[in-house]
Amino acid sequence: MLLGAQRFDPSLGAAVSELGVTGRIATITAGWQEREPEDEELAAHLGNRTVNLRLHARGDALFREDPALRDAHRERQGSLRHRQDFYRIRLEHELEADRVIRSRAAPPEILAEQSQASLDGIRELDQWHLALCARIRTEFESQWDLANRPSIVRHRAELAEILAGCDAIAIAGGHVATLVNRLVLFGIADLVQHRTVFAWSAGAMAISDRVVLFHDSPPQGPGASEILDAGLGLIPNVVVFPECERRLHLDRKDRVQRLVRRFEPALCLALPARSRVTWHNGVFSSAHDVMQLRATGRATPFMARARRSLVP
Amino acid sequence: MTARLAIHRLLDGRLDAARVQAFLNGRKFPIVEGTSVTFVWVGHADNVQLRHWIYGLESSNALIRAPGTDLWHLTLEIPHNSRVEYKYEVHRGGHSGWIEDPLNPNRARDPFGANSVLQSEGYEDPTWTNPDPVTRPGALEPFAFDSHALGRRTGHLYLPARFRRSRQYPLLVVHDGSDYLKYAGMKTVLDNLIHRLEIPDLIVAFTDSPDRLQEYANDERHARYVTEELVPDLAKRFPLYDRPQARCIMGASFGAVAALSTAYRYPGFWGRLLVQSGSFAFTDIGKRNRRGPLFDRVVEFVNQYRAQPRAVSERVFVSCGVYESLIYENRSMVPLLTATGMEVRFVEARDGHNWENWRDRLREGLSWLLPGPLMFIYE
Repeated sequence: MLLGAQRFDPSLGAAVSELGVTGRIATITAGWQEREPEDEELAAHLGNRTVNLRLHARGDALFREDPALRDAHRERQGSLRHRQDFYRIRLEHELEADRVIRSRAAPPEILAEQSQASLDGIRELDQWHLALCARIRTEFESQWDLANRPSIVRHRAELAEILAGCDAIAIAGGHVATLVNRLVLFGIADLVQHRTVFAWSAGAMAISDRVVLFHDSPPQGPGASEILDAGLGLIPNVVVFPECERRLHLDRKDRVQRLVRRFEPALCLALPARSRVTWHNGVFSSAHDVMQLRATGRATPFMARARRSLVP
Repeated sequence: MTARLAIHRLLDGRLDAARVQAFLNGRKFPIVEGTSVTFVWVGHADNVQLRHWIYGLESSNALIRAPGTDLWHLTLEIPHNSRVEYKYEVHRGGHSGWIEDPLNPNRARDPFGANSVLQSEGYEDPTWTNPDPVTRPGALEPFAFDSHALGRRTGHLYLPARFRRSRQYPLLVVHDGSDYLKYAGMKTVLDNLIHRLEIPDLIVAFTDSPDRLQEYANDERHARYVTEELVPDLAKRFPLYDRPQARCIMGASFGAVAALSTAYRYPGFWGRLLVQSGSFAFTDIGKRNRRGPLFDRVVEFVNQYRAQPRAVSERVFVSCGVYESLIYENRSMVPLLTATGMEVRFVEARDGHNWENWRDRLREGLSWLLPGPLMFIYE
């Protein structure tokens, strides 16, 4: 289940009840970074039947135990950060070109052709960056044999044991890059198995197959949405936009339209606070207050009852 | 039809002490009515002048005495969103003195004292410049450093709230550090911007100079001190990122010259520059700038840079007030900097050469140079 922000008016408890989860719930608050253990409110909200997987602290412990891996990991992160910087430079120029082209006066058929070309350029750049990140991660995992590296195998085994006693996993929001990092490092996607996953805000972004960073009005000027990396891919072909009420200008048709067309054919779902939607076997259901961003530039209530299949 | 100004309504009728008092009661001064701003001073004088620092306007404008009263007034057209610092020069009995406006509580302070501040229609103190009770404050501690290049140097070090040695931090070096802290409220600004996730947790070295006009004017010793001595020392003591993108140097006026000239001497080391109202005086012919000999070394440096501009950093944020004479020099620098391939952002404000102008541009500048985790955090 994907949920909107839970910080001020949590609806997670109701969602857990709705899906009939009665057993223990493993929580992941790694996105809170050093505040990871400060989860008393979350535990209480879920009836104190939670166990925190402590992925952030576990990562720190792992790196203390395995300094060679720590150094290599840090170097890889630096390398990814460089790539992200260069991707952003290109992206900002592509977006600016797109904006200029669309503001020009020209015969409609030429404008449409050129606008499509600039959009194709942006999409190609997004795909290229995504593929580059995937390659760097794959090479790292292979080079350091993460699947069989004793220091990691031990943690993964511990996590599997904890999860064996849990019916569900709740993945909180926070710093999405840190969260994805820890989820991937400890192979959480492989440990989910049949369990119900509740994921909100950054957690919802992290379990989709593509993490898109976005903010229409950051302090440094008009924001450019950018791809960070792949997510866990538990819900394919969806891009989620939590905190949309504060981060997106949903009334700006041009921006919404560009966002949707950029990530087509993925479904763009905006998750305001208290919103939620269930995904099961490739089908969405029980959507509450979720908005679907449309190619028309409008944001409309997501009609999950249409049971749209997202499996290609 | 435009409404008549308050001062004109007063002057329309018969003037006496009671009407003047009624005019003064409960009113904010200067009186801002659209773009018309009426300055008012009340008292016995032979002559009263408005003194301001708006480049392009007469720096001294006479107030007019309302007939038969002690009320002096002057109405000027001031655009929206402006901040103007001013004083009154009061002449009386063969003596004169510059005073702050007793009817206006707004003050801006600097190392030379204080000025009254006019805020025209639309201007508001940015919320992030005021202390916020929910913001966790960082720590500020004095430091002293024995420099081989310059001798003993002092300043303050800022560590963000929740500072942890297990993390890595960007470094910001601020020229005229104590003044930025005192007159631009920079600690409060840093606390707030970090709390709002608009800039990252960072370590800031607020450096001071006992002879800034010498050391900030393209002085090799200063560049060496900051780059080869201070930064390595801080890197030993604190977990700093070792990459240009995480090193920013900044300053205002001569401090901006120091930032650019330091980066110029160490190209590629300082990946981020923030220069505010830089004193980038230059000449197109000859070597002597109209600003006088204090600027000679600056002129030499800027002329050299203009002759052979080159990329010295990755990103440069330039800001300047349109009411200061340096707007010409700063506007002239922007295309030069841009042509080198550096990313340059230039911001103008309806403000002057003062600390509040520099304070008000910090959010946009710092968040562009050193973006915080705002794009990464979804609670």
